[in-house]
Amino acid sequence: MRLSPENFYIQHGRDSTAGPSCSLLEEAFRRYYEYIFGVYTRPKGPSRFQGGAELQQLLVTIVLDSECDAFPNVSSDESYTLVVKEPVALLKANRVWGALRGLETFSQLIYQDSYGTFTINESNIIDSPRFPHRGILIDTSRHYLPLKTILKTLDAMAFNKFNVLHWHIVDDESFPYQSITFPELSNKGSYTPSHVYTSNDVHMVIEYARLRGIRVLPEFDTPGHTQSWGKGRKNLLTPCYNGQTQLDSFGPINPILNTTYSFLTTFFGEISKVFPDQFIHLGGDEVDFNCWESNPKIQNFMKDKGFGSDFRKLESFYIQKLLDIIATIKKGSIVWQEVFDDKVKLQPGTIVEVWKNNRYFDEISKITASGFPVIISAPWYLDLISYGQDWEKYYEVEPLNFAGSQEQKQLVLGGEACLWGEYVDSTNLTPRLWPRASAIGERLWSPQNVRDTGNAYRRLTMHRCRMLRRGIAAQPLFTGYCNEDDNM
Amino acid sequence: MAGSRLWFRCCWRQRWEPTTTLWPWPQYIQTSDRRYVLYPNNFQFQYHASSARSRLYPVFAGKRHTLEKNILVVSVVKSGCNQFPALESVENYTLTINDDECLLLSETIWGALRGLETFSQLVWKSAEGTFFINKTEIEDFPRFPHRGLLLDTSRHYLPLSTILDTLDVMAFNKLNVFHWHLVDDSSFPYESFTFPELTRKGSYNPVTHIYTAQDVKEVIEYARLRGIRVLAEFDTPGHTLSWGPGIPGLLTPCYSGSQPSGTFGPVNPSLNNTYEFMSTFFLEVSSVFPDFYLHLGGDEVDFTCWKSNPDIQKFMKKKGFGEDFKQLESYYIQTLLNIVSSYGKGYVVWQEVFDNKVKVQPDTIIQVWREEVPVSYTKELELITESGFRALLSAPWYLNRISYGPDWKEFYLVEPLDFEGTPQQKTLVIGGEACMWGEYVDGTNLVPRLWPRGGAIAERLWSNKLVVDLKFAHKRLSRFRCELLRRGVQAQPLNVGYCEQEFEQN
Repeated sequence: MRLSPENFYIQHGRDSTAGPSCSLLEEAFRRYYEYIFGVYTRPKGPSRFQGGAELQQLLVTIVLDSECDAFPNVSSDESYTLVVKEPVALLKANRVWGALRGLETFSQLIYQDSYGTFTINESNIIDSPRFPHRGILIDTSRHYLPLKTILKTLDAMAFNKFNVLHWHIVDDESFPYQSITFPELSNKGSYTPSHVYTSNDVHMVIEYARLRGIRVLPEFDTPGHTQSWGKGRKNLLTPCYNGQTQLDSFGPINPILNTTYSFLTTFFGEISKVFPDQFIHLGGDEVDFNCWESNPKIQNFMKDKGFGSDFRKLESFYIQKLLDIIATIKKGSIVWQEVFDDKVKLQPGTIVEVWKNNRYFDEISKITASGFPVIISAPWYLDLISYGQDWEKYYEVEPLNFAGSQEQKQLVLGGEACLWGEYVDSTNLTPRLWPRASAIGERLWSPQNVRDTGNAYRRLTMHRCRMLRRGIAAQPLFTGYCNEDDNM
Repeated sequence: MAGSRLWFRCCWRQRWEPTTTLWPWPQYIQTSDRRYVLYPNNFQFQYHASSARSRLYPVFAGKRHTLEKNILVVSVVKSGCNQFPALESVENYTLTINDDECLLLSETIWGALRGLETFSQLVWKSAEGTFFINKTEIEDFPRFPHRGLLLDTSRHYLPLSTILDTLDVMAFNKLNVFHWHLVDDSSFPYESFTFPELTRKGSYNPVTHIYTAQDVKEVIEYARLRGIRVLAEFDTPGHTLSWGPGIPGLLTPCYSGSQPSGTFGPVNPSLNNTYEFMSTFFLEVSSVFPDFYLHLGGDEVDFTCWKSNPDIQKFMKKKGFGEDFKQLESYYIQTLLNIVSSYGKGYVVWQEVFDNKVKVQPDTIIQVWREEVPVSYTKELELITESGFRALLSAPWYLNRISYGPDWKEFYLVEPLDFEGTPQQKTLVIGGEACMWGEYVDGTNLVPRLWPRGGAIAERLWSNKLVVDLKFAHKRLSRFRCELLRRGVQAQPLNVGYCEQEFEQN
């Protein structure tokens, strides 16, 4: 049946628990109308009836308490059903999150026939994600990403049903996060005063994401990857030594000072208020022990604590205290796999992110066997570009292909496509992310048996053209073209 | 309040070294700390076509303030603004900026263009916002006369604006040949006026995905204004699937046993019609593209289809070629080359034409693209130049072959003349081309994939052989990249870091 831009509209179902006061849905209705029809101005007056089957409305009904003004979390219900039948299509979801997913699907069902008429086929869809954590990691430390780029990425994520923006916001190279309690961190640590994210910027990202059902998971990676923190905070990082001589260089955060932990308490107190998500990513990867080892005070501390020369114990000491801080402020923690590998005592419920590509299935087995939930990134490092169609190998990953019980398999929450920023900034981020990440999006949403790459190729090329139409500069999969005039 | 403490912290900026933004590095440059102010509201270019430098001194009688420069005098010996650049064009220039002069002197207008670009790279802005240029003496000329970039508009259509923008950035990099691989198997976007069906049936979309005659004219003129030659390639006999729908009978029907299989192969070399078509088609191409050279392709001819076709088998027998399809390929190419020659054009061909021993005219240019087969590209250069032909190097410069990390360094360190040969032979290597094949590239990702990586090749082809220090290059190229951003070019980063002005779309 056809749809007429003049006639068709999306609105709340009569029994919906959400109504016009739900701005999340109101915004979504407007957005999706535009995605479907382009920016179309309604002519005044009644329209001419042209005959033939016409779909006049999409009614969106939220069944349970809508959660319209809430933030999404890892247990949010994203399920929905969509029945497309003349004259009214029905989208039903338990919560607004499902409605958002359903609106996206609905918009993908519509196509233009050879006369340009907007057309949709009768359909019956029951849908829900296979994995609840489907993320994209962006790195705003190696290269600053302007706000617009981040917002565009959130748009594209919604088109692909991604629901977590893992914001690796600071690292060695720069500290763009403007802290309210410690403004010197970005004053001294950002690339320049304009390469910062103000509170306003951060709020905008969080709300823009929320309206798309996307969680913002901030990562403040410590104790390694913290060179930029030292610029704005004296005595935070470990001074390195050569024998008895103190050098000009610094290493990871100094784990033996009380000031370190009072700083972290205050700092993460702020973070927990600024970022509403239940979880904070604490990093914990790639801690280089050399500087700690060289520092005489740390050597003494190691002796006092009976750690011997096992610096993993010092690392554990630090991370456990940090995890306790986070637990006290009632947030959940996510850490990189080294934290688990180095035998830090983790609280149950701490999520471990697996990123090392070497036999990562063994790692997942181990972690889930110990009862911890897992997020998988290892096979999905999108910054590792190569010539040709690499989307296929991302698509073919089967997250549950590891040795383990049913219970273990249920601990895999999902995964993340990571776009580290060493060679990426706003000039090349979008084509590098899309449509390659889309392959991962399907792997994390769709059922396990949806794996035919031939079929995926056909749909993904069309999806890519659709993203172009919607202003996302997704690069081509292969030779060919898109029908409508794309953005480029 | 956090805001008040975010005041601009930097006052003691590292002393600016303006020459470090030069890309590519000039042949000879001397610079000093002494600097002159430029005021945007009070600066102009003054063009003189003259043959004697001495006549220019009276011009400077005006401004006595030696610390300000308000004119760049552009003096060109051989005037003549309406020509097209050619392989033989002289691109030399000198730039003299001192207390007495602010002068750009060149043989030809092409050198003036190169000098203007360099001049623009010498101007820098202080932290306070004042424009300066330092006392500088530059004598510059390109190491190689053919410094090209290949774009493929068949695998993916590239909008006209994308092509024009690319020409702009080529000029920033002093690249001077736009090798336009217009058509191929995938699509035929070139609007032919003698054979409109080629475009109508062969393009992805005959309304939106074509280059009209007007578009082509625009590209040629836009390029000319930047001293860039347009080298058009119409690749045959392979890579021609898109030609088939518009010219029935042009391509070889493949056979499966005794029946046609329904698929097609390279151009059919056994039919007179083929050569009649080529004659007419290349007459059009010769008249549309003003450059002396046309690129005729000749690469990757797959013999299986020819082999399967009974008419071709008969033709082979008639000609006494036996089973050697290379001879059939030669036969086609020789005939084509003669046709094109008769239109007063020279030609460039891919290396297979040379490898398969096709008889070509001595002034043919051979383009080396294969890295290892049949021999290493350095060996190939040796063989080609040994036989007296001129060569173009592309093999190590395939920009479409992306990989993780700073691959610009590999492109930069290629030494084109690093092969066994006499000095005489080495002069036959006239330059090279960076190639951006289009299988995975279109308007969405072309620019970041092209720049600044393409710049590494641009410098290798322009600058002195001894300019190979990677640290020095990295410093300049990363600054040049920021300058590209400032000029609105979506050039991707070389490494971690930042530019004052980051790229924001729209």
